[in-house]
Amino acid sequence: MTPPKAATAETLDGGAPVGGTEELISGSEAVAHAVRLADVDVLTAYPIRPYDTVMQYVSKLIADGEFDCEFIVAESEHSQFEIVKHASTVGARVFVGSSGVGWLYAFEALAVTAGLRVPMVAMVGNRALDDPGAFGVEHNDALAVRDLGWMLCWVATAQEALDTALIAYRVAEDPRVSLPCALSCDGAFLTHSQSIVNVPDQATVDSFLPPYDRKEKLLHPDNPITIAPQANEDWVMEIRKQSDAGMRRARDVITEAYDDFGAKFGREDEPFIERYMMEDAEIALVGMGTLAMPVKVAVRKMREQGQKVGFVRVRWFRPFPVEELQDALGGVAAVGVIDRDYGLGSAFYGGVLAGDLRTALYPLEDRPKVVSFIAGLGGREINTDNVITIAGMVSDAAEGGTTDDQDTYWIGVRE
Amino acid sequence: MSTGSVEVIYRGIYQKTLAKNICRGVVFAARKEGKIGIAFGRYSDSPERNGIPAKQFAVVADEQEELEEYLSRYEPDNNDVTIACDDTLCKGVESWAWYGLQPINKLLGENGTLLVTSTQSPNKLINFIHRKASPYDLALVRSEASFSGLWVYKDDHTDVRLLGALAKVAPHMFSIDSMLAAIKEQFKDDLKVTSAKKSYDDTEAQPVSTEQGNEEVPYSFELPGWKEMEEGIVIRGMDMSKGGTGKDGSYVPVRNEVFKKFSTRTMRPVINFETCTKCTLCWLNCPDTCFDVTADGLYDANMEACCGCGVCEAVCPVKECVTMVNEEAFDDNDSQWAMWTKDKDGYGKWLAEKIANQPARSHGFHHIGQYEEDIANDSA
Ligand code: SF4
Ligand code: SF4
Repeated sequence: MTPPKAATAETLDGGAPVGGTEELISGSEAVAHAVRLADVDVLTAYPIRPYDTVMQYVSKLIADGEFDCEFIVAESEHSQFEIVKHASTVGARVFVGSSGVGWLYAFEALAVTAGLRVPMVAMVGNRALDDPGAFGVEHNDALAVRDLGWMLCWVATAQEALDTALIAYRVAEDPRVSLPCALSCDGAFLTHSQSIVNVPDQATVDSFLPPYDRKEKLLHPDNPITIAPQANEDWVMEIRKQSDAGMRRARDVITEAYDDFGAKFGREDEPFIERYMMEDAEIALVGMGTLAMPVKVAVRKMREQGQKVGFVRVRWFRPFPVEELQDALGGVAAVGVIDRDYGLGSAFYGGVLAGDLRTALYPLEDRPKVVSFIAGLGGREINTDNVITIAGMVSDAAEGGTTDDQDTYWIGVRE
Repeated sequence: MSTGSVEVIYRGIYQKTLAKNICRGVVFAARKEGKIGIAFGRYSDSPERNGIPAKQFAVVADEQEELEEYLSRYEPDNNDVTIACDDTLCKGVESWAWYGLQPINKLLGENGTLLVTSTQSPNKLINFIHRKASPYDLALVRSEASFSGLWVYKDDHTDVRLLGALAKVAPHMFSIDSMLAAIKEQFKDDLKVTSAKKSYDDTEAQPVSTEQGNEEVPYSFELPGWKEMEEGIVIRGMDMSKGGTGKDGSYVPVRNEVFKKFSTRTMRPVINFETCTKCTLCWLNCPDTCFDVTADGLYDANMEACCGCGVCEAVCPVKECVTMVNEEAFDDNDSQWAMWTKDKDGYGKWLAEKIANQPARSHGFHHIGQYEEDIANDSA
């Protein structure tokens, strides 16, 4: 198992002919490049930290003459999301995004976008849901739409942000899916941190990402259709079932997209999850986003001490990767889920990821214990010591100690 | 242990409060006998539209457990009584979330009673009402359709007259004494109690057999499954190229086959083709594209599409060329122009008779400015 490398042109060894340039850029800037490479037609913006960084970078690309699109600054997030929803129905590839309570201010538009099967791609710069003015990372913002038909993914590096944004367009716009996709980037740790990124060339991107084509669903005078007329109790359930079918089909489409992405770009990633030192792991940690960095460092440290610890990073939260997680975690004795979110009043007062993971593992005959940890709220650091503490408690649970898998532990909170 | 349920079918907005008063009266009367009950509107009809057939229900029961079955229903069937607050509803209803034409007696239980406010003869109404596989009774409360609605409530006692009649036709639900006590308590008005009692005394039901009534099979639709429906909540526009100019030079626009609208109508236009100047105003202004342009350049309103709004009458510049006539004066939706071309003299007599004998209506207006005139007449 190799530690993560900066994915530069030089370090690529997939064998595929990859051009492009190497840049030192933040996660937001990487997403802005993906927006340019995807040749987005309409982009709406409304400022809120930390998502606003992507606005700045796209504006700069436009000002520098490197990119051309309709860049509309709306008067609120609600309008911001409504405008791209409508633009998408007339055939525009769209990009949008927000953070924290801004994302929630658009909630009505978010819900109907999924219901209408609009393949919008949005970046969520994950941020605490205020008050008072907290702007550090928490995942509850993007997670708020988790059951409404949005595909949700979390990335850990700027390179992965760029790559996944391109994959997101391909999956969302695939007629088998036609659902919106939110790409979550942790505030500060990804949106504001620069690293070396391979920015691919246009030709490679064009070979991977076909143009957006709504075909017979294009809202146009030559194709007279109504989208979303009144629907009463005799229609709504069928409409929901169609969205459910789209979400189920997304699994295969995501897998296809990752396969093709690997072939074209030479960066091979497992589609739904990342497994880190899991082959012989006896206990495992699970989490999403940039907390992967300290966790991986801690796992290596613990491995040096002879502890068989592994880590699974969930990339796609919707559709939830049940089969992959059952496969990765079915053999361990205990799992510690580190949620950068909270589920106040939920089962065991646990995190959102912990709850879904328990559900996914429950059908396994030999299921591991799942212990829920909440850490890093409001942008607080999760450091390697925190992770080592967590792993110790997970081992304790595995051995039948006092760590309770029917409780939830807050790590790094002042007592 | 028993339950009883009443379906009230009314004209949206115009009669909303009337329907509510009836359903509440049912529950209060049952309460006087120690029963419990619920009164509810059909949710899909709310917010409703002017004139659209809408429904409310009342259910009473001896025990809470018996009521529970009804608490989560939109449209209880097997009702003891169905009340139609406007006799034009007897032609069938296409309410907001119902697809196709629903016979007025569809949800009435075997040997239940259909109670209608009407000044028509029972036999005339029976000819409108679709045949039913089980026998039922028909009872009339002698009254024009009441305008007791959401914005304006004309207290013409139709509510209590129907409640009095209800006690007569459904004595198993409550006695007239309980009903009168409930009315007295609710309205605190002895005159309304007297009206209810008189209506109780006057009401007679007559049996309707399975052999009687309109034989026509009402149009209906199969709702598609989720796999058949187009994804993305997309509804195709109608293909306008399918309408157009016929061989004889007539023009028939494309119309929505699955939404006909005519059960919304309480009046329909009759057209004097002899005086028509072919000015096109009715055709241009009709909100529902009802007019077929005939080969000879006349305008023939299609009665499957017409919602009876009266705009054509209001815009027609020729005196009495277009006249709105009470819907109960018609037995079918046939083309007036076809009738006229076949027999011009016969049509002329038919037209004169329709215009001369139209009963007054309590809602809907014949011409722009009628409301102001009515107000002036009322205060004079
Ligand atoms: S009443 Fe006249 S204007 Fe109104 S829908 Fe009928 S035909 Fe059209
Ligand atoms: S508005 Fe009157 S006169 Fe003009 S075309 Fe219509 S029916 Fe004839």
